[in-house]
Amino acid sequence: MWSFSNIANNIHAWLGNNFNPTMTLVIEMVLAGVAVIGLFAGLGLVLVIMERKVSAWMQIRLGPNRVGPKGMLQSLADTIKLIVKEGLTPDGADKFLFNLAPFIAMIVAMLLMAPIAFAKDFQLWDLNIGVLFVSAVSSIMVISILMAGWASNNKYSLMGAMRSGAQIVSYELSAGLSILTIVVLSGSLSVSDIIYSQADGWWIFKGHIPVLIAFVTFIIAVTAETNRAPFDLAEAESELTAGFHTEYSGMKFALFFLAEYVNVFIVCAIGATLFLGGWMPFHIGSWEGFNQVMDYIPSSIWFFGKTFFLIFVIMWFRWTFPRLRIDQLLNLEWKYLLPISMINLLIVTAMAILKWHF
Amino acid sequence: MGASSLIVLIIAAIAFSGIAILVSKFVLKPGTNKQKGEPYECGIPTQGKTWTQLNVGYYLFALIFLIFDVELVFLFPWAVVAKGMGWIAMIEIVIFFFILFMGFLYAHKKGALKWM
Repeated sequence: MWSFSNIANNIHAWLGNNFNPTMTLVIEMVLAGVAVIGLFAGLGLVLVIMERKVSAWMQIRLGPNRVGPKGMLQSLADTIKLIVKEGLTPDGADKFLFNLAPFIAMIVAMLLMAPIAFAKDFQLWDLNIGVLFVSAVSSIMVISILMAGWASNNKYSLMGAMRSGAQIVSYELSAGLSILTIVVLSGSLSVSDIIYSQADGWWIFKGHIPVLIAFVTFIIAVTAETNRAPFDLAEAESELTAGFHTEYSGMKFALFFLAEYVNVFIVCAIGATLFLGGWMPFHIGSWEGFNQVMDYIPSSIWFFGKTFFLIFVIMWFRWTFPRLRIDQLLNLEWKYLLPISMINLLIVTAMAILKWHF
Repeated sequence: MGASSLIVLIIAAIAFSGIAILVSKFVLKPGTNKQKGEPYECGIPTQGKTWTQLNVGYYLFALIFLIFDVELVFLFPWAVVAKGMGWIAMIEIVIFFFILFMGFLYAHKKGALKWM
């Protein structure tokens, strides 16, 4: 059957037959790099147009509709526009840190691609601590934001960076605790093991209400971690112009923007992997016939379907809830989400030990 | 692909951003003027220094976060074996959370979680 892992294996076999091992490895690395860059740029273009179309749909207007069929080439036109804009470095800014920050943002977003399983047996690195890797690397993101805000020599930027720092580190805790509930249930940190443990049903269905609570906590926490509305205090347009990237223009701004959207994709992919089964088709226990019918849909379609559904939910939040104030934001985390997710973890542990899940 | 994928990804990220910035530098011919490099503050001239003192609250939250983040790192190895170990794991984690919660309550009582 046609699948991503087959294609990868065929390419590997073909290269192995035609070149010596070192050359094979180099060519594979280059191919992987080009594929990831392509995915990165493609995701940026798709997510920006999706954001604008969803916003337009929520507000009963048309959205971009001039460039290309139904305005689908709008983000491409925007990219070209951003390329011909000057990347300005303001006077008095820390030039080195100012120019380094977008690179760090991009590197973090790119590194997070490594453990994500895009289709059945198709991931860059199936490392045995995949979940820990994700939560460790994603917390480097805050450094690039603080760097950008600090180096800009602009009060709006600095304030946005500070807010963002407090917000991201706070919400990381409840995101981590809700990830841990799934680790307890499946007994592994590896992404592929967690997906295979959902072969007889996704955790969100198998784990009753505690996992549902963990899922809701996770979605709230990652919305805050990626600086999306209603937690977009770091770049609150009406207060701070653009927050930490006020002074960025041209391609440097575009890189921040791209990294932000790819981060949204990545956290949604992690959420889909942990709670909704990643590429695992919709299976119900021992209904063999039903499971086989579901297997006919390719695994990559399941993965991208779930991920884009979660992205849609996060975009939906933006037009549903008003922006929080910084003290309300920190209260929500420290006084509600953190105790709830701690107690929830205990409940899930008891559930896992008593085998009360399906 | 194994651990080498990380190197590939880092190089890919640097190459992608570097090429993007270089292309935009290559394409355009920037002009200069006096006001261009000034920090943006909604049109009016900048008042005072940028790097001034900020609210201490950000720092306090960062400190409390540090405690909880270390706790979270301890929980990861525990979570992997919890299911197999049975009730011993449960008792251990209840004691761990109890001590942690005492610290949390102390911070709360001292008003560290209140935004000033």
